[in-house]
Amino acid sequence: MSILAYNGGAMVAMKGENCVSIAADRRFGIQAQTVATNFQKIFEMGPHLYVGLPGLATDTQTVMEKLRFRKNLYELKENRRISPKVFSAMLSNMLYEKRFGPFFVEPVVAGLDPKTYEPFICNMDLIGCINLPTDFVVGGTASAQLYGMCEALWEPNLGPDDLFETTSQALINAFDRDAISGWGATVYIIEKDKVTIKNLKTRMD
Amino acid sequence: MSLLARPHYPDYSTAPVQHQFYPYADNGGSVVAIAGDDFVVIGADTRLSAGFSIYTRNQNKLFPLAKTTVLGCSGCWCDTLTLTRILKSRMQMYAQEHNKTMSTTACAQMLSTMLYYKRFFPYSISNVLVGLDNEATTLSGTAKRRFTKLGGSAGALLQPLLDNQIGQKNMEIVSKEPLSQEKALKILKDVFISAAERDIYTGDSVFINIITKDGIQEDKFELRKD
Amino acid sequence: MLVLCPEVPTPGFSFENCKRNALLENKGFTVPKATKTGTTIVGIIYKDGVILGADTRATEDTTVADKNCEKIHYLAPNICCGAGTAADTEMTTQMIASQLELHKLYTNRVCRVATANQLLKQYLFRYQGHIGAALILGGVDVDGPHLYQIYPHGSSDHLPFITMGSGSLAAMSVFESGWKPNLDEEAGVLLVRNAIAAGVFNDLGSGSNIDVCIIRKGSTDYRRTYDEANKKGIRQASYRYPRGTTRVLSTKIVDVEEVSVQRIEPERMDTA
Repeated sequence: MSILAYNGGAMVAMKGENCVSIAADRRFGIQAQTVATNFQKIFEMGPHLYVGLPGLATDTQTVMEKLRFRKNLYELKENRRISPKVFSAMLSNMLYEKRFGPFFVEPVVAGLDPKTYEPFICNMDLIGCINLPTDFVVGGTASAQLYGMCEALWEPNLGPDDLFETTSQALINAFDRDAISGWGATVYIIEKDKVTIKNLKTRMD
Repeated sequence: MSLLARPHYPDYSTAPVQHQFYPYADNGGSVVAIAGDDFVVIGADTRLSAGFSIYTRNQNKLFPLAKTTVLGCSGCWCDTLTLTRILKSRMQMYAQEHNKTMSTTACAQMLSTMLYYKRFFPYSISNVLVGLDNEATTLSGTAKRRFTKLGGSAGALLQPLLDNQIGQKNMEIVSKEPLSQEKALKILKDVFISAAERDIYTGDSVFINIITKDGIQEDKFELRKD
Repeated sequence: MLVLCPEVPTPGFSFENCKRNALLENKGFTVPKATKTGTTIVGIIYKDGVILGADTRATEDTTVADKNCEKIHYLAPNICCGAGTAADTEMTTQMIASQLELHKLYTNRVCRVATANQLLKQYLFRYQGHIGAALILGGVDVDGPHLYQIYPHGSSDHLPFITMGSGSLAAMSVFESGWKPNLDEEAGVLLVRNAIAAGVFNDLGSGSNIDVCIIRKGSTDYRRTYDEANKKGIRQASYRYPRGTTRVLSTKIVDVEEVSVQRIEPERMDTA
């Protein structure tokens, strides 16, 4: 079994029309045993910037704290908000520094540019190879299922409400076919003037 | 232990080398089947591959066994050829002995028995057996299922969409209309488009068989070729 | 460590997780494969310079992770680099590009391709192949066009036409039958396109589109998505859900206040 599949988890981020979504399941497990169903995998890194860290749960939290520290230092030094692009470059370099002893997380970044409000999504592998697509990114143990769902469901220029339905349905149906993710889901819809956070009703088995 | 510290030169190695024979090959491919009230559609991609290379772009993986029974196979191609050959000859023996063709459910039962017969040296194939039963329609896999069944390299990519669109899972607002043949065909094609995008073993084209009480109708659909 | 005055971090790789990861590995957990392999990259020398080509698929095992990634990296205005395998090539080329820029500013000369080659191979040799960067380095300098092939262990070749990656055999079959010295640009670009297309269609690890980069003396022409070799199939049905399809347990809305800039007109001092 891979270390990335020790705790389980599923994550997806999608681009919409002037908005982005990022969603994850809420399970924290140790292999096949479910320990908690309120585990947070997506973290706020700014008003319009969220990062999801699927993978080994201990590293999810360690990397999140390292990121928060570096992001805070950046904002104190520069006296401005960090942009998703800069944040991703920082995260990528942080992961590549540990090329020969990596953190077991495959991050997903979603946000809006603080100046232009341009939607931004990216993901990277555990040593920081950035992938910048125009449609959606996935991560976690249900990534194969999510690829299948998103390739069919995603379409360009979805508004915030439609983007929420598409993201939620992609995530829920994908993790229902993965034994070690699910048990509730959280969806973040990031728009220029507000962020909507919704907890979804899902199967709990 | 001192041997380990030295650099390893394979050409000059004196250590005994153990060679192994691995009897299975994975030739990839995906099979999807969807059943409605009075029809079944089954599709299989036509790419036969091994490792990073393509053997052929035009291999039909659907085997019509009777007038309304079709078997779709993916996995080890040599096993598929052997299994279907034996299956066909046993069906012929049945027909000659009982003076009627085997029903779909009987085929499914026989296939299951034939696969279990090789319990300790199994055929490495994902089988999807579809057809009409005596009254209406059901879809029989080697494990019986109602709505959808699939097998093959892109299984994980395809299944959730079928759960959602055919099984109508996780939705509050669902249409009560029974599944039409047109919609089933559209979804079948779309799951293959999605699978061809992300699974390197699925591509080239899809062979589709549409089974109704009148018989089997064939269709073909192009996918990306890379 | 003070928060506002952090220590200067040590340069280079950090090995602080290695012990823990080795422990996990010994417990029977497999370390996930990070590197995305499978690629076709090629380069040729033609009459006026160098042409590089690459496919745009990045794979993780047997799934496609990125359908349109960039495999031709910038090194210097006159030097580009086609590269396979993931983070290593990206990071290595970024670092060498910055070293070449500094070198250019220090010497006030256009970088030579041999310099880039030497920097890359010495860096890769130092890590004994553990940095899995396989590169095709091409550029034009005062000595004319140059094309180098660099392996992860730090060896390099200087050749008139090169292919690398899992699609290298398919691409090389095109070069071996079609390459001639002093090809003109049109024929050269077509040959490179055909070589990449051979990899894209016949190697499962390569796919999607074809990128081409032409480096002449004094100008570089990077043609991203030179040929869209594979288009996604047209969806038959729409899967847009009616609103309210997903059942929601709770909703929280965070208002993001807009930062408004207030301009205050400076008041005139009362001098009456």
